[in-house]
Amino acid sequence: MIEIKNLHVSVQGKEILKGISLSINAGEVHAIMGPNGTGKSTLSNVIAGREGYEITQGSVTFAGQDLLAMEPDARARAGVFLAFQYPVEIPGVSTSAFLKTAINAKRRAEGLKEIDAMEFLKLVKAKTKALGIADDMIKRPLNVGFSGGEKKRAEVLQMTLLEPKFAVLDETDSGLDIDALKVVSDGVNALRGPERAFLVITHYQRLLNYIVPDHVHVMTGGRIVASGGRELALELEANGYAKYMAAA
Amino acid sequence: MAARSDTAAAVKDIEAYKYGFVTDIESDRAPKGLNEDIVRFISAKKNEPAWLLEWRLKAFRYWLTLADLEPAWAKLHYPKIDYQDAYYYAAPKQKAALKSMDEVDPQLVETYKKLGIPLLEQQIMSGVAVDAVFDSVSVATTYKKKLNELGVIFCPISEAVQKHPELVQKYLGSVVPVADNFFATLNSAVFTDGSFVYIPKGLRCPMELSTYFRINEKNTGQFERTLIIADEGSYVSYLEGCTAPQRDENQLHAAVVELVALDDAEIKYSTVQNWFPGDKDGKGGIYNFVTKRGACRGKNSKIMWTQVETGSAITWKYPSCILQGDNSVGEFYSVAITNNRQQADTGTKMIHIGRNTRSKIISKGISAGKSSNTYRGLVRVQGKADGARNYTQCDSLLIGSACAAHTVPYIENRNPTAQTEHEATTSKISEDQLFYCLQRGMTEEEAVSLIVNGFCKEVLQTLPMEFAVEAQKLVGISLEGSVG
Ligand SMILES: Nc1ncnc2c1ncn2[C@@H]1O[C@H](COP(=O)(O)OP(=O)(O)OP(=O)(O)O)[C@@H](O)[C@H]1O
Ligand SMILES: [Mg+2]
Repeated sequence: MIEIKNLHVSVQGKEILKGISLSINAGEVHAIMGPNGTGKSTLSNVIAGREGYEITQGSVTFAGQDLLAMEPDARARAGVFLAFQYPVEIPGVSTSAFLKTAINAKRRAEGLKEIDAMEFLKLVKAKTKALGIADDMIKRPLNVGFSGGEKKRAEVLQMTLLEPKFAVLDETDSGLDIDALKVVSDGVNALRGPERAFLVITHYQRLLNYIVPDHVHVMTGGRIVASGGRELALELEANGYAKYMAAA
Repeated sequence: MAARSDTAAAVKDIEAYKYGFVTDIESDRAPKGLNEDIVRFISAKKNEPAWLLEWRLKAFRYWLTLADLEPAWAKLHYPKIDYQDAYYYAAPKQKAALKSMDEVDPQLVETYKKLGIPLLEQQIMSGVAVDAVFDSVSVATTYKKKLNELGVIFCPISEAVQKHPELVQKYLGSVVPVADNFFATLNSAVFTDGSFVYIPKGLRCPMELSTYFRINEKNTGQFERTLIIADEGSYVSYLEGCTAPQRDENQLHAAVVELVALDDAEIKYSTVQNWFPGDKDGKGGIYNFVTKRGACRGKNSKIMWTQVETGSAITWKYPSCILQGDNSVGEFYSVAITNNRQQADTGTKMIHIGRNTRSKIISKGISAGKSSNTYRGLVRVQGKADGARNYTQCDSLLIGSACAAHTVPYIENRNPTAQTEHEATTSKISEDQLFYCLQRGMTEEEAVSLIVNGFCKEVLQTLPMEFAVEAQKLVGISLEGSVG
């Protein structure tokens, strides 16, 4: 589904990603763990197409297309989704208006007509209920005054509504209480399927009890320094990154 | 990259001002220039009574003394206007008097249809009566019969002069006096048409009344005059829309609107102004110098202005309320959008005279491109206005870094029991917000439109339902090409 090859990325002349290679097949869930500031969010942003990153080497292909040549909105419509580590506040724009615009952007790309008001309400209601989101939250301006956990739930809500082919979850578990962690994980698991892939970035192996990954990667200093199965996360939790820092 | 060029193509398409076409219709014009003969010509064309000709001439003679006193205090820059280089009267040629709507020139019907304003009653939006003003004259008024039965007078002001002279004579110039300001004086001398509305005592007018102004002729100024009177205990909602063809020359539009609300009456006046704004480099476009004022003459009366200003090269406009009646209420809701090289200097005046008068001002200015957008407002509380209250909120939103926004609020309070409150904010659409929207699959245009519509929601909500959706779209369209 997505193939990252020898990706080098600099920000303001400083190299942050130093040759990332990662291949995720449809149906798989990969997890990346790594200390603060090693470039995990940089990788997410480059996949999503944020400006300000200089790609000095390497390639990213998504479903056979050159992802790096596509505009960010086209990537999104092609099925790439990023649950942001720090979701942005959009004053004045109600969460529901935002959701509706996003859904319609996707539908238009698929040649469908705009979603009708009743259908939209029904859909959103079902999803918010499943994610334990209060009804009045979607009337509020998007992310404005949302608690840390509410913002993360709103990200997952968007993901479940947009049903992307490939989703990157950048620390979506940070700030969630234990119950929310379970609810949000259920949301992700419900989307899991043979036609979708996920990249889950987290600091806590606990999340991986709920969203069980097929592969776990350790990232330090802008490189993937170890890859393994589920057990790698447990080992990291027990021993920390010291051993890998030396390797990097 | 493919996506980017698709978007660019789509934007280019819409950027061509949708209403920029010209109707090729024969017209009746007065000679170019402005002098007493032209004033007499206009008056004669309209078969006006002597008092009105005198009124015009008085205005004209006074205007001559103002020659160099064109207002210069607004934050607007434009070359000096040559008032002799324009036509002051242009009317599409048609048979004398129309007996029914079916006699309207089909070409005019077609023009208005293209503008989204159906004139044939079978096609009309239900619940909206329309008066269509084409260049200098009103060409059609719909639903006349039904309104007549209710006692509502809704007709071209030239017709009201003939049929209801006592009303016109009593109220014309009673809110905006002839000597009010340079442009109002000019309008008083040469106004050609506009709408007249009278709502009888106690009637809640069941229809939206709407006037649609269209400038078609080249080098023609449009000077319309609107007069609305809501008698005791009545209510009316009135909507005004405007467009003009796309031309390289600037055209002058200097209208006057007067509203009078008697005891317990309420007038809701909404404007969606979409005159041709000029091109990307500021070539062409309408100069919009408009005086709009409402008098809350009676107790408990209310006047509410809503304006969505997206067009014109220059906008100079301050719809105001004179709160004379005790407990009267004035409200002003404004969205002003400037893009490319547009300039807007707009706001309101709330003059508190009666006791316990209340006013509310909500202004949302959006600037993009290299435009300039100024809110200018005055809240004046006079000595006898015990318990007066004002709340003002002015928000500015900037798109890009080459535009400018200014807020100039004046507050003059001469009554210690009065309270005024002023809040102002300036914000910018951030890269992060845009990226967030793009990541959800929206195009840049959709993202900007969504954020801007959110920013001015509070104002758009006050528009009559039928027009709110149109206005939302217009907000998006007028900002096309403002990012990226
Ligand atoms: N715009 C920027 N300007 C300067 N430095 C930047 C910029 N963006 C990222 N960096 C730097 O790049 C490095 C990687 O940042 P990134 O956000 O990718 O880390 P991360 O692995 O996601 O960390 P965390 O676990 O704390 O979220 C950091 O040192 C950061 O300061
Ligand atoms: Mg991060």
